[in-house]
Order: sequence, then C-alpha cells, then structure tokens
Amino acid sequence: MNFIEFVGRNRAVILSSLAQHIYLVCISVFAGILVSIPAGILLSRHKKAAEKILAVVGIVQTIPGLVMLGIALLLFGVGNTPALVVLSVYSILPILRNTYTGLTEVQLGLIEAGYGIGMTSSQLLFKVQLPLALPSIISGIRISTVYIVSWAALAALIGAGGLGDLIWTGLSTYNTNFILAGAIPSAILAFLFSGLIGAVQRLATPRGLREVKHDE
Amino acid sequence: MITFQNVSKSYGRKLVLDNLSFEIKEGQFVILIGPSGCGKTTTLKMINRLVKPDSGEIYINGINIMEQNPVELRRGIGYVIQQIGLFPNMTVEQNISVVPKLLKYPKERWQSIVRELLEMVNMPYEEYAHKYPSELSGGQQQRIGVLRALAASPPIVLMDEPFGALDPITRDALQEEVKKLQKKLKKTIVFVTHDMEEALRLADTIVFMDNGRILQMASPEEMLRNPASDIIKEFMGRHINSRGPAELYVEDVMRTRVLKVPKTLKVLECLDRMDRWEVNSVIVLNEDDTYAGTVQLEAIQEHGKVGHEIGELVSQDTPTVSRQCKAQEVLDQLLDSPYKYLVVLNDDRTVAGLITRTSLTKAIGEALWGAKS
Repeated sequence: MNFIEFVGRNRAVILSSLAQHIYLVCISVFAGILVSIPAGILLSRHKKAAEKILAVVGIVQTIPGLVMLGIALLLFGVGNTPALVVLSVYSILPILRNTYTGLTEVQLGLIEAGYGIGMTSSQLLFKVQLPLALPSIISGIRISTVYIVSWAALAALIGAGGLGDLIWTGLSTYNTNFILAGAIPSAILAFLFSGLIGAVQRLATPRGLREVKHDE
Repeated sequence: MITFQNVSKSYGRKLVLDNLSFEIKEGQFVILIGPSGCGKTTTLKMINRLVKPDSGEIYINGINIMEQNPVELRRGIGYVIQQIGLFPNMTVEQNISVVPKLLKYPKERWQSIVRELLEMVNMPYEEYAHKYPSELSGGQQQRIGVLRALAASPPIVLMDEPFGALDPITRDALQEEVKKLQKKLKKTIVFVTHDMEEALRLADTIVFMDNGRILQMASPEEMLRNPASDIIKEFMGRHINSRGPAELYVEDVMRTRVLKVPKTLKVLECLDRMDRWEVNSVIVLNEDDTYAGTVQLEAIQEHGKVGHEIGELVSQDTPTVSRQCKAQEVLDQLLDSPYKYLVVLNDDRTVAGLITRTSLTKAIGEALWGAKS
C-alpha cells in the first residue's frame, strides 16, 4: 500500500488527529499568552527581580519534555489536561522573554516624555510601551507556537492524541506510512502557523516603526 | 507664578541643589543655564514633579505642587525634551493631540487645535498631520514636540535643551519661532540650555547656576554688563566684550557646529547625514582630520555613485580663511564670491567652523547694537 492510498483510506483518523493537534497548540499557546504578557509587564517594572525570575523560567524550560510529561501524568492523570498544562508551561518562556525585552527596550526618553506630559502609568503602557513592544511580543508568540507544534507530538504519549498518535503508532509497528501521516502534517502546521503569525506581526508593527523613508 | 523655597536635593552623597530659592514671574521666558551637573535640569524637572525635592517647597500660583495630583499637575504644564520626545508609533496629529485627549477634549476641539498649531509653524495639516515622526526631519520633529507641549494651552511650558541636537540653521529658525510663539501666546517658559548664545537670544531672565546654587539671576543685558562671577564671564565668552566690528575676528563670528564627514564615507550615508542636518553642503576631512574640501548636494546628485566614497566628489573651490583673520576682510570675500560660506581653518589645517552670511551679519549686528536682537 503506498502513502497516497494510505492517506485516502485513513483520512478520517488523520484529520481528527490534526484537529486535536491544532486544538492542543492553540489552547496551550493561548494559555501561555494569558500568563506571560501580564507577567512580562510586571517583570518590566521590577527589573532586579526580573533577571532572576527569567533565569528560573529558563531552567524549567530545559527540563526534558518527557520528564515534564511524566510529572504531569502523576499529578493530573491521563488525557488532555496534563498535556495542556505541560505545553502551556513550555510556551511561556519565549513570550515572557520577548514581552520583557520589548517593553524594557522602549527608550527612556519616551517614558519620561509620557510621564512628563501627564500620562498615568497605565496610559503610558497601553498608548506607548505596548504598541512599541508589540512586534517583539508577537515574535515571541511565533517562536512559542512553532515550538509547541513539535512538542505536542509528545503529548500522545500520555493519551492526549494529536498527530503524535500516528507517529508513535508508526514507530511501534514499523509502519512508515503512519509516521509520515503524522510527521508531514505537523511540519506543514508549523510552517503555516509561523507564516500566519509573521503576517500578523507585520500588520501589528506601528507604521512609524516600519522602514524609515523620506519622500523629500 | 513659580516659586522655589529652600529646595535641596542630593543624589547619593552628591548635593545637586543647595537650598535653592527663586521666583519666576508670569509670562516670562526664563532660561536656566550653567556648566553640566550644575542642577539646571534637576530644577526644571522638579516643576512638573519628575524629580522630587528632598526638602523645601515649590509653589505654582501659590499652591504647593506636592499637594497636587502629579498627573493633573503635568497635564497643565507643557513639556518638551531633547530629541526623541515624540512617540514613534503615533502620527503627527496623534502626538500633538495626546494631552487634549487625556483631558477628554471632544474630537472637534482637538482636531481644530492640531490644525491651528500646525498652521502656526507653516506645516500644512493635509501634508503633515498623518506622517509619522520617522518621516520628518529633525527640525520638523522638534517643531511638533513644541506644538505637543502647547496643545492643551498650558500657562507654563518647560523645555529641556530642546534644540541641543539640531544643526545651527534649524536651531536658529526654531528659536525664532519659539520666541514668537511665546510673545503671541504669553506663556511662562522655563528653558534649560548650556548655550549662552541661545540664552541671550531668548531669555527675559537668565538664571545662572553652578554646583546647585544660583550665581546670578538677571536680564541678559544686566548679565552681559555685570557678570557676577568669573564662571559667568567665561560662559559669556565673546558676547561680553562690546568690541566694535572692526575688532571682530573670524573666530568670533564663525559657527562651530558644522557637519564634517571623513573622506571614506559612502555617498548614501553622507546624503543621509546631510538630510538629517538639513544642509546642502558638507565639509570633508582627510584621515588625519585636516580639511580636504567640500561637497555640494548638487555634485552628489549629478556625479554621486552608490557605494562610492564621498572623497571622490570633493571640491576645493570653497574659500578658506584662518581663524585669526579680521572679520572685516572676510566680509568682502564673502560678498564678492559666489559661495554662501567660507571654511575656517585652525593653524594645523583642521576645521574650526564656518562663516555664513547670516552668522557674519548677526555678529556685526550684535557688535553694533548689543547682543539682543
């Protein structure tokens, strides 16, 4: 049986695995955003603590995915929940770090100007700092998403399904078709997400920050 | 209108303001000047509470500013800072209307304010309102910075070396505009600079500070006539001796802030710098910093090739003079020649500055009629 036939015959399974995979990625990146953007804002206001906290989060990031899944399995059992928790944790660091750098790289002169003309700190945040940091934040989300697409393949190990299911099935039965049916869509998925978020990033970059041009 | 009473401030062990007391009257253009680290910027930033005094009181119209809400206080005081004060993510219109919007002005009102203000500096609304700061020249950006400070018509405007980063010609123009605006709108302006020429030109009252104290607070005329200390004399430099035009030398009348580039600079980079300085010619230096010649914008436009070095376009046609030359002789040279300026050289052939028709006329005028125009 060649690969095309295999795909034709198992279309339903592949599609539902793909859907589950997208679900895992979207939910966990979304959770990551919810946690890390406010946390990044908070860190940008406590720079001394920030370096230490970022270092700790960085260490968590280096714990192998399998170990994390094992721990999550012990804590939350089998299924979606432990997988989502682990993936969310992994998605935090890139977004957190980029939010923090994006915000702290806003020139001090602008912050002084903002306060000097009577902005409150939240007005300064929403009108100046966040718009200027947005390209950096979105690029963090992009890195996280691509990352999570590949990590999510591991989630199948604790029963969360997704394209990983096909890959692990293929690996344990020496069935190349299964492996390819899981690997190819997840590669495409990573490309698509990356391209999509890249486009959003270009749109979200304030026009004044794009390429400088003089028309005189 | 603004009163400082026994204000002191230290950073760590360093005393930056030492028991400062003075008063600024309504409608005055007051300039704080002094050597760097004298406390002038600290003093300025205390007025809008960006810096908090360690002791002492500051009153605006009799109200202690420490008892006011800082945000409300600041919305009632215009603030212009050096260089990058404009928000790069906002258009010209959005930048100017920031404070009116914070104060919840209705849309029609802030829109007409933006129009009026842009008109005042001859930047048509249709052409500029929707541009971003990065699309403007340095001079235009700082004009917008000034307009933003004026948008909510605050009675007081603070300016922290607003024109320090601009080239001399643009700076002259902006000083002129600010002076006019102040006369027209009757603002109280507190302005920090380290440039005595700027102070003499703009101020009603000059406050000269050193080591956190006021050495002298006087009108420009008074300060020129009776400088209270040697440091002030030194700062006044050439302005202080009321020499006749016959005794003026080139070094007294030249501009020292001029755009100089190395021979090896690439053509495009050079164009970029000229654009930023808003000049149409540039002085080119050899590797050892000696004068190599000048390059005109037209020469670049006609013969410049991308990627080539600017040194290839250097022309030696611009006359040069020594800084010890008499200004009188230079005047003839400047009037007779087709060139709009002369290059002033030091004895070691490094560049000391430029003499333009404007700078020379101004210097002669000052010598004849005193420093204040």
